[in-house]
Amino acid sequence: MQTDRKFLLKFAQSDPSELSPEEIRRGDILRKIHITKPLIMVNSSTSGIVAGARHTWEAIEQYTADRSIDIDLAETGSIGLSSEDPVVSVQLPGRTRIFFRRITAEKVSSLLDDLFHHVVPEKNLIGQLLCEGQEPWNEVPTFEDIPYFALQNQIVMESCGIIDPFSFEEYVAGGGYSAFLKIIRSYTFSEVCELVSDSGLRGRSGGGFSTGEKWKAAFQTPSDQKYMVCNAEESDPGAFMDRALMEGNPFQLLEGISIASYAIGSNRAYIYIRSEYKDSIKRINNSIKVLREIGLLGDNILDSGYNLQISLRKGPGAFVCGEETALIASLEGRRGMPSSKPPYPSTSGYLGQPTVVNNVETLSNLPKIINYGPDWFKGIGAADCPGTKIFSISGRVALSGLVEVPMGTTFDTIINEIIGGVGKGRELKAIHVGGPSGCMVPKELMKIPVTYESMKENELVMGSGGIQVMDDKTCVVDMVKYFMEYMHKQSCGKCIPCREGTRRMAEILGSITRKPADEEGHTTLERFKGVMQLESLAEVMKDTSLCGLGQNAPNPVRSSLKYFRHEYEEHIFDRRCPSNSCTELRSWFIDVDLCTGCSICAKRCPSEAIIGTARHPYFIVQEKCIGCGICYDVCKFTAVYYK
Amino acid sequence: MGIKLEVNGRSIEAVKGETILSALNRNGMQVPTICSMKGLSPSGACRMCVVEVEGRENLVPSCSFPIEGPMNIKTHSPRVLRARKTNVELLLSNHPDDCLYCERNGSCELQSLAEDLNIRERRIPGKRSPHKIDKSSPAIIRDPSKCILCGRCVRVCEEIMHTSTLDFAYRGKELRISTTLGKPLNFSNCTSCGQCLISCPTGALIEHVEFPELETHIHAPGKLVVVQYSPAVAISVAESLGYKPGTDLSGLINAVLRRYGFDLVFETSFGADLMIMEQAKIYLERSKDGNDFPLMTSSCPAWVHYVEQYYSDLMPMLSPLKSPQQIAGALIREYLPSVGKFEDKEIISVLISSCIAAKTEARRVEMSRGGIPVIDLVLTTRELLRMIKLSGLDLEQLEPELPDAPFYSQGSAGKLTGVAGGEIEATVRTIFNQHTGEEMSPSKLHRFRIHKPFREMTVKAGKTEIRIGTVSGLSNAAALIEEIRSGKRKMDFLEVMACPDGCINGGGQAIPVNEKILRIRSKAVYDLDNGSKLHTAHNNQVVQDIYRDFLGEPGGTLSQELLYTTYSKRDVLL
Repeated sequence: MQTDRKFLLKFAQSDPSELSPEEIRRGDILRKIHITKPLIMVNSSTSGIVAGARHTWEAIEQYTADRSIDIDLAETGSIGLSSEDPVVSVQLPGRTRIFFRRITAEKVSSLLDDLFHHVVPEKNLIGQLLCEGQEPWNEVPTFEDIPYFALQNQIVMESCGIIDPFSFEEYVAGGGYSAFLKIIRSYTFSEVCELVSDSGLRGRSGGGFSTGEKWKAAFQTPSDQKYMVCNAEESDPGAFMDRALMEGNPFQLLEGISIASYAIGSNRAYIYIRSEYKDSIKRINNSIKVLREIGLLGDNILDSGYNLQISLRKGPGAFVCGEETALIASLEGRRGMPSSKPPYPSTSGYLGQPTVVNNVETLSNLPKIINYGPDWFKGIGAADCPGTKIFSISGRVALSGLVEVPMGTTFDTIINEIIGGVGKGRELKAIHVGGPSGCMVPKELMKIPVTYESMKENELVMGSGGIQVMDDKTCVVDMVKYFMEYMHKQSCGKCIPCREGTRRMAEILGSITRKPADEEGHTTLERFKGVMQLESLAEVMKDTSLCGLGQNAPNPVRSSLKYFRHEYEEHIFDRRCPSNSCTELRSWFIDVDLCTGCSICAKRCPSEAIIGTARHPYFIVQEKCIGCGICYDVCKFTAVYYK
Repeated sequence: MGIKLEVNGRSIEAVKGETILSALNRNGMQVPTICSMKGLSPSGACRMCVVEVEGRENLVPSCSFPIEGPMNIKTHSPRVLRARKTNVELLLSNHPDDCLYCERNGSCELQSLAEDLNIRERRIPGKRSPHKIDKSSPAIIRDPSKCILCGRCVRVCEEIMHTSTLDFAYRGKELRISTTLGKPLNFSNCTSCGQCLISCPTGALIEHVEFPELETHIHAPGKLVVVQYSPAVAISVAESLGYKPGTDLSGLINAVLRRYGFDLVFETSFGADLMIMEQAKIYLERSKDGNDFPLMTSSCPAWVHYVEQYYSDLMPMLSPLKSPQQIAGALIREYLPSVGKFEDKEIISVLISSCIAAKTEARRVEMSRGGIPVIDLVLTTRELLRMIKLSGLDLEQLEPELPDAPFYSQGSAGKLTGVAGGEIEATVRTIFNQHTGEEMSPSKLHRFRIHKPFREMTVKAGKTEIRIGTVSGLSNAAALIEEIRSGKRKMDFLEVMACPDGCINGGGQAIPVNEKILRIRSKAVYDLDNGSKLHTAHNNQVVQDIYRDFLGEPGGTLSQELLYTTYSKRDVLL
């Protein structure tokens, strides 16, 4: 590493024109452009591992050991296609790299058999990544041919899934750390603030506040000690872009944190990460260790006089700890509960000192903004909202995963063109953007360009960029109920509207997706009273909650009531779920032809709704049925069915 | 000064940096609050104080929003009122309806908010969280089902009492106030000071009521029911009974207690006088040793409890004396039978105190004789008020009466112990006398009476100088002890009271208490002393008689056996 260190630092600090051809070639070798033995990379990020990447890895090791083939086997991050994992890429010396989807352990030998005979199997093929100095494969689609890649503009995610996240050499050889070294050599703190402010970069965690302005506020607050905090507490269900960035390119994040720390004049930075992100933690810890060894973290970095320490702090994995004041409280060792703003963290945050909290995606943007300049950045995306945004897409879609598009792209493009729309034979109903505190976007609104302003104009929120796609088989009320239940479990409980409001809303939604034990008297009245209150409760919660969690908690209810009121009404008045997905609202019947009269359903029915005589078909009394479905589970003759 | 606020069309002046709430209150405008409390950090949790500020998208909490520039505020617009009402309704949806049976019926802040906001029906239905009542502590009962999670107890316990027994635990609907690891209160580090209880807006924290048990003893044949009440009680009940705050009602209380059925009525101040005598003796002994660390008083049970938990190494510096009530209790048990003609009767010793920790103290094994508590029942000021109501007596018609012999005390020295700094003032008078043989002029220490949590002064007694200090509030005490330890501050004799301002603000006092009332009460105690003819314990005839007839001399064998106690380290989760 010592000899490498000198080279790497020189490489990072020099303009390509200043490097000798030999040095450029050495860089290319580190970037794995020129290789001498076959290279196989396995997506070993979380999405890969859950799909079986570890077994794939072992199978590859086994395969090459059995045949004594000398290869380089390396880990990489996700290229974004999470539903297609484990993604494996293979690069033979002199040839371009080819990506394959869903390579589980049993598919390894046939794949490698083919490839080592220079045959590209069509099965499980994604495509090849073109690269200068490498010979492309014939008849293999390039990434530019595939809409999923061609329509994206990957800036932040560019190297994810391509490089080895554990390899600092690879990051530097790809242009890494040149930005940080540039600023500590030739920029003042305020110049960096100014530059980022000029670039128009805005916080990617939902608020869309100007990053440069936030920095300036902290920079201009007089204090001996300032803190930089990276918010890696990504806890929206369905949002996983930060995880992908940390697992795919951790050095880029650390360089971003270093730049941000320098800009606000802080020499202490923390990464607050949820403890469930074990693989991200592993990669970040490795990166910090390497950077300390190289001397890019520590005291007097490369004799610049600038000191910086970055430490990792594991959070307990609470949704509310993504809110910056709660995050700071948790960082201080207190209970993660938000506090009133003002004072804002940029004037009084961690330990009462000026603190900037930025999220992973925002920080990962910085190296390139510094390298290519604010004008380059402003050229991407929308005018008031430059740059790109990563969306994580899940739900009823053909492909689920990450998509990085310029700001201002429409949801229509993202869902229908890039991701390929909903499954075959299904119809898109709506998308839900922003996780549990997000909004439902009906089909009609999917044509709007996605920027913070346009979303706000339409009373929508972007949140952290999680998108759940709903098709005609998804019940809006059921979906909202899920989010509400999530919210009321995750509410820190500090303020009344959030603690009690989310709970009551979840109860109300529960009551309309369930059959009542009896339709008479009190319960029906109470239920109706509850439903009437949803809207006014939502308004008060938005108006009075302490933090963003409570203020945005009613968003799913508000937006779905606005666009899908008819679905609520059908649940309430007809006691019917139009998508047939609220199990407790289903009506159950017994098929007279299939029923043998064994009576097991009648015995197990908790509400004594099934009547009949033994050895003759039984019958369900609809008025008594509570829709639990036990009869369906216990029937051995599949005689029970629902409508 | 200088920022103009437009509030409901009226313009007022505000100071930059102060909260909206403080500006409103200074200008005589009120907004309802629950979680906000004077002297505690703002939390902004209850959202009751929200106001509409022009230009802000959402309503803002006035208790924690600092004023930075001119604002246009509406405090009672329909939008604000709806928000407040809905939030109270949300609280009520998870609150029991049994106000009639609640301890705090009539003094509950949630009840009065619901009343003020004109809530007339349970509009928001819903399930209530099930909770267990914690009755483990001899002093405090916690009923989490009535808790509205405002966090006042949490902040009092942390910020003022430096104990942090209570904190939030769990999330969402599971959120609750909990001790460490959810242990029952008596296994926690609770010192029973009761400050949480008087700061609780609802009935979630109440005292362990011993009043019903008393009724089984009163008028029972073969029982001699003896009561003593502490000096802080006598001046703290006035406002609850319709008198001017700070009026000393000891004469009336004597009369009421006799009518109620107590056989003998005493004031705890005779115990305090004895304590002062012993304390002076102990101080003189200790001062000979040339200790660096001051002698610390031990009259406050919560403070003693706190030392045993947090500063067990300082236990030797704690005066080995029992508290005044326990000294009085010991004499009632041991001395009283020998002077009256009631040997064959079983003595039931009752204490009425402003201190709720006295309930825990009475159950300490050190405070028992042969395993039986010296004081059988401890009632709080609130229980006394209930007793007065229950007695059906018209106080206007009663004539003040004197306490009973043999512990009839006329001096004001013991009565001073009700206020922070009083005990040390009274003790110094006796120490002065023992040093010089002369009486100290009471006015010499008037400078010591300023209304501050920490005071110190150097008193000259002949050739010796005594550096005295008093501190109230355990957080202040802890900070002071660290200063003394580090050598930044030197002191000879230190009085510590757990509750801010001492017993007049005890956890057993009538609710609500506020700073204004506390000032009046402390002035009342000092006025009592100023108007008294007998300022010292050593000149009190009753005290002299007890030493002559029974105890012998201060620090004697019998004193040590009856009036002294021991301390032991408490191993609890801190």
